[in-house]
Amino acid sequence: MDTKVFDMNDIDIAWCPGCGNFPILKMLKRALAELQIKPADLVLVSGIGQAAKIPHYIRTNVFNGLHGRALPAATAIKAANPALTVIAESGDGDMYGEGGNHFIHTIRRNPNITNIVHNNMVYGLTKGQASPTSQKGFVTPVQVSGVFLEPFNPLAVAIALDASFVARAFAGDIERTTDILKKAIEHKGYALVDIFQPCVTFNRTNTIQWFKENTYNLEDHDPSDRQKAFEKATETEKLPLGIFYQSPQKPSFEENVGIYEEKQIPLYERDLDKKELKNLIETYKMRL
Amino acid sequence: MSKGLSSHNPESVSIVLCGQAGQGIQTVEHLLTRIFKLAGYNVFATKEYMSRIRGGMNSTSIRIGSGPVRAAVSTIDILVPLNNGALRHVERNISSRTVILADKEIIGEDIAQTKHKFVDVPFTGTAAEIGDKIYSNVVAVGTIAGIFGVELTMAGKYVEKFFSAKSADIVQKNLAALKKGFEFGAGLARSSKINFNIVGGTGVEDQVLLNGGEAVALGAVAGGCNFIASYPMSPSTSVLAFLAKNARTFGIIAEQAEDEIAAINMGLGAWYAGARAMATTSGGGFALMTEGVSLAGIMESPMVVHLAQRPGPATGLPTRTEQADLELALYAGHGEFPRIIFAPGKIEDAFSLTQRAFNLADKYQVPVFILTDQYFMDSYYNTIAPDLSKAKIEKYVTLTKKDYRRYEFTKSGVSPRGVPGFGTGLIAADSDEHDTEGHITEDLDLRIKMVDKRLKKGELLKKDNIPPELTGPKNYKNLIVCWGSTQNIAEEAVRKLGRDDVALLHFKQVYPLPDETADYLQKAEKTIIVENNATSQFAKLIKLHTGIDFDEKILKYNGLSFFVEELAEKLKDLLN
Repeated sequence: MDTKVFDMNDIDIAWCPGCGNFPILKMLKRALAELQIKPADLVLVSGIGQAAKIPHYIRTNVFNGLHGRALPAATAIKAANPALTVIAESGDGDMYGEGGNHFIHTIRRNPNITNIVHNNMVYGLTKGQASPTSQKGFVTPVQVSGVFLEPFNPLAVAIALDASFVARAFAGDIERTTDILKKAIEHKGYALVDIFQPCVTFNRTNTIQWFKENTYNLEDHDPSDRQKAFEKATETEKLPLGIFYQSPQKPSFEENVGIYEEKQIPLYERDLDKKELKNLIETYKMRL
Repeated sequence: MSKGLSSHNPESVSIVLCGQAGQGIQTVEHLLTRIFKLAGYNVFATKEYMSRIRGGMNSTSIRIGSGPVRAAVSTIDILVPLNNGALRHVERNISSRTVILADKEIIGEDIAQTKHKFVDVPFTGTAAEIGDKIYSNVVAVGTIAGIFGVELTMAGKYVEKFFSAKSADIVQKNLAALKKGFEFGAGLARSSKINFNIVGGTGVEDQVLLNGGEAVALGAVAGGCNFIASYPMSPSTSVLAFLAKNARTFGIIAEQAEDEIAAINMGLGAWYAGARAMATTSGGGFALMTEGVSLAGIMESPMVVHLAQRPGPATGLPTRTEQADLELALYAGHGEFPRIIFAPGKIEDAFSLTQRAFNLADKYQVPVFILTDQYFMDSYYNTIAPDLSKAKIEKYVTLTKKDYRRYEFTKSGVSPRGVPGFGTGLIAADSDEHDTEGHITEDLDLRIKMVDKRLKKGELLKKDNIPPELTGPKNYKNLIVCWGSTQNIAEEAVRKLGRDDVALLHFKQVYPLPDETADYLQKAEKTIIVENNATSQFAKLIKLHTGIDFDEKILKYNGLSFFVEELAEKLKDLLN
């Protein structure tokens, strides 16, 4: 499939020139096209922030909801119509800060969705404050003496929660990241892809060069080894990239809700069984 | 009129059971109400309880009547205190007419300290003889059933059914307990120590016994609800539990969300993908949902939220009742967008309004709120079974074509709503101000058009307004106004006044305020608002929309519902 099917005509993209969001957009389109996922069969769900604008730049179904709340909406969309491919995509502030609670519980719920997080370690749209993943010492207009909070470690958290697919990628590595995205989308169950990206305007510390120097690709790593995956996720000297962890197969949220075993049709195609309702009401007559 | 300790109210008898949480009051209430209904009596029950799992002091009031009984009264005809302290808990409602059935062995201390007359019934001793103190509850059930001369065989059959999951031995012992109790009760009635004139009849057999929570949940099912995500919060949780219990039968996804924010965002995601979703919550949870309510506003998403009110602010009185979240529901969510608010007063209306909420949410693409409260949720009575032939599910999802635009401008303001996967169009829903396709825009002229489009729906949906319900004479001089759960209480209180110049106007749709409101008020010489809150929120809303002030206000905010006698007294004072 040609990536052009996902191109929007005539749009004014709100990202800064050189923003890491551009290659991520390109890679996402490529991954989708290579997986033969049609625009009509896909829903892109996002929250608020610069990364969260990505659904407006891809021709597909869009649910651009509230700040931090993409995951609950994405979970429900998938549950209401499991035939759809659902991707929840936003930035680090949105997914890990405002939406931190949903991040935890969505992993526990394990819907068959892909969670892409643009991680540039800074708040862009609000002009340069610390994000949950900002590194210690990072000086901002609010964290004037530098960040002293422990950075949020999404991968370690996800592995601790036995997330079914956990990966980290880098926006500067088109081939590997596209490949990881494809694997995440194809994976059955919740899949996290945290993507390092530079913010050319508000993060002068974690630049593209910095990411290149401070990351390395996982080689010979067995993603079924949870202990090892956790160890890799907690490395700080140099940050590993790749697929850290894949849990043993487990049922997805949609499978667990118990309404698709007999009928695979989405909720909008279903009708109320009035006979059953009548029977249920009958029981409230409290007869012997 | 009967002799001995007897009821002065020939129409209904009020039975109060009081004891600690965990003592089995619920079981007694359950068995008695079912047995009375089977015997052809009209029944009503309500409860008040503390926010704890065990201990504390809780009470259940059961009313039985020859005719319909549907509202809380303070009078106690029969009191069954189950432990020390119970008597004191309900003391203010004990009068000379109250018959106290008590086990001296258990509450002898309390009895000794009061001047109240009581009949000693050895609930515990009898239960112990049968095999365990645990059977004392069923001895009590039997005693009360015996007093009213309910058919023992029939009562036994229900007890058997109720305990059918237990061993044969337990069932037999419960039946023995019922029989023993029944003998006490029948003996008391025979000796004319206690005598009531309630007669069972026909007519209730085909009626359903539903509480507010069940009526809301059944209404949701009848409205085609197939998705509910909510966070447990008293007194709203029973709706979630009901739908979860019946999820497989009706193909409902019922999920306990991590918080109320997730709950409403799941609901909106579900509607987006074509589900008919709701959330159930109480004030604190609804407060967390308000950003999601606003999202429904701009996305033009249908949404149904059941808000079971309890006293605030913040945690307030978690297990008590109040009508103080009307303004919360009215103004929830930043920005300007239309909404609909229902407030059922009758069990059958909780069913039909919730059913309707799904249709209207879908039709106008707006959030619809159903306001109940703890009193309404936990009260039940026999009433006419919901009419499913009237419960039509109206679906407004459109098959899309390639050129589909989610927010296409139309004459009515309502754009046809497509869902992903149904047709060839693409569906874009956006929390930002958006263009007709659903994509983010900062075109300020378009902004005006979008705001106007959304607000236009607010005018349009008034076509489906539900007018207020007038009971009493059409040519009234005095008009009592109430909304939501106070309806049955106010109806009985007004009836008690026995005046031909007093009418009651009840609103089950509180927003948009029905057009008839001003006319009704202007016709009255005197207007009185009755609300279970401290600041007369509905009166303020009426004033805002009609400019009319109420002459008098009757407000209650101690955490309890009004009682018929109390409200009748207050009305009497104000009307003289």
